[in-house]
Amino acid sequence: MHPAKSVIFFTTASGAGYGLLALLIAGNVLGVVPAHFWLAFIGYAVSYVLITGGLLSSTFHLGHPERAWRALTQWRSSWLSREGVMAILTFIPTGLYALHQLFFPDMMQGIMGLVGILGVIFCIVTVYCTAMIYASLKPIHAWSNNYVPAGYLLLALMSGLLLLNVLLALWGTTETSLQLATLLVLGIAFAWKITYWRFLDSSKSISTPESATGLGEFGAVKLFEAPHTEANYLMKEMGFKIARKHSAKLRLITLLAGFVAPILLILISLFFGTVGTGVLLTLAILSAAIGLVTERWLFFAEARHTVGLYYGASHA
Amino acid sequence: MTSLPTTPPKKKLGLVIDLDICVGCHACAVNCKEWNTGGHSAPLTDIDPYGADPTGVWFNRIHSFEVENEETGGRTVHFPKSCLHCEDAPCVTVCPTGASYKREEDGIVLVNADHCIGCKLCSWACPYGAREYDEDAGVMKKCTLCVDKIYNPNLPEESRVPACVSTCPAGARSFGDLGDPDSDVSKLVAKRSGYDLMPEQECKPTNKYLPPRPKKLGNDGPPPELAPVADSSAGVIARWVDKFLSA
Repeated sequence: MHPAKSVIFFTTASGAGYGLLALLIAGNVLGVVPAHFWLAFIGYAVSYVLITGGLLSSTFHLGHPERAWRALTQWRSSWLSREGVMAILTFIPTGLYALHQLFFPDMMQGIMGLVGILGVIFCIVTVYCTAMIYASLKPIHAWSNNYVPAGYLLLALMSGLLLLNVLLALWGTTETSLQLATLLVLGIAFAWKITYWRFLDSSKSISTPESATGLGEFGAVKLFEAPHTEANYLMKEMGFKIARKHSAKLRLITLLAGFVAPILLILISLFFGTVGTGVLLTLAILSAAIGLVTERWLFFAEARHTVGLYYGASHA
Repeated sequence: MTSLPTTPPKKKLGLVIDLDICVGCHACAVNCKEWNTGGHSAPLTDIDPYGADPTGVWFNRIHSFEVENEETGGRTVHFPKSCLHCEDAPCVTVCPTGASYKREEDGIVLVNADHCIGCKLCSWACPYGAREYDEDAGVMKKCTLCVDKIYNPNLPEESRVPACVSTCPAGARSFGDLGDPDSDVSKLVAKRSGYDLMPEQECKPTNKYLPPRPKKLGNDGPPPELAPVADSSAGVIARWVDKFLSA
């Protein structure tokens, strides 16, 4: 599948934004994150910039961005529509809670606690909806499985945790327990990515050139002549292929930059003073950003669509 | 509304494509382009049509496949493919705007170009690659089953079939109601064991394909007409020539 830059930015940025937003609210409701005004203010600002920036960027690849509001109407059947509706709904409880925490912390604490929990749930559901846009597409074997929603949720949590660590370090209040939790999530995400690639390399679509043409009973089916001499929309959009050697290198970059380097940097930061920790944690999030964008690019580039079977692919 | 019709359409209009007859001449694709570039989803934009890298919107494309079999020998099958107007059309249910819909009256799958935002998700959801993005118009387009032709009262009765069907010089394409077991197309499908493409994708396509008939020539050697004629069944002159030459 063709990896569109706007969609890669949208899914990674909004994932990190929802991760951080959910953690800030959950941290405040549970009283684990220090209640510092500017820490919370910058934290919420960063979350909303990432989320809104991602959502806006996702409209850039549309043929008619001015009609994007129509995408909110078909939530009964479409995961893309559900994603849009949830993204907008999530602004309500999370926004109310952010205002409450920043400006009116003493008002209606009981109810606002519930609003905060609702906000956290909405963040999770929104990221799940984003993942389901891909996981619901049966013709794409690499996407139509349970690894995909698990991965989107895990990577959103991971990038949120990395961001929260940096924020805390900037205010000189590193939390060892938070760093340990981040290490744990990084470890799980690393294992998930490897398991996903094992699955991808050892399995293929149930559809074959034989089932695509129905000619299997006569023998092995191979494309003899393509319909046109030049590439068409279907081949450019769905037939995007990446060479195996490049994919191996990019997988390595994903693992090293996305998981291994952040794990090492956080481990080292445990032995440093506040300033050193801040620098190391900032390096960790920058490295993870490179890793996650590469991961998302590969998520598209490595996915094969059944339409390829009509254009000479031996499997999908 | 991008939910599928709650009650299955009364009629299931679709195509039956006979792979035994198709000669791969591409006339159906050309006439499809010709009709539809002035029809419901007009225009079928071409980008750089006379340049080095032309690309454009086509609703019908003809692939040619080679089927290899050591026992029966290889064969070439010409394979036209357009929208299959599926009963469980995933391209319809993924549409976030309601632009994509399946008609309740006859099952035809269409796009409302005024509501389409051009997100391309429907083209990802279709396992067959039946959807075509028009970069110039910024909307998705697809085979309309010539909805503006088959119901057109200004055309003579016999012309009210999709453009690909009316133009096929070999008669490889049939059009009709596949929901009615007594229709000509349904009878044809039953008689020739018509089948669905990629049934495992569970889209329940309406269009059916008829398999090529078994070949007369396998690997049993040349046909009798081409065998040497020196036996007793040959004529007098042939036998005499044979004798003369064998000497």
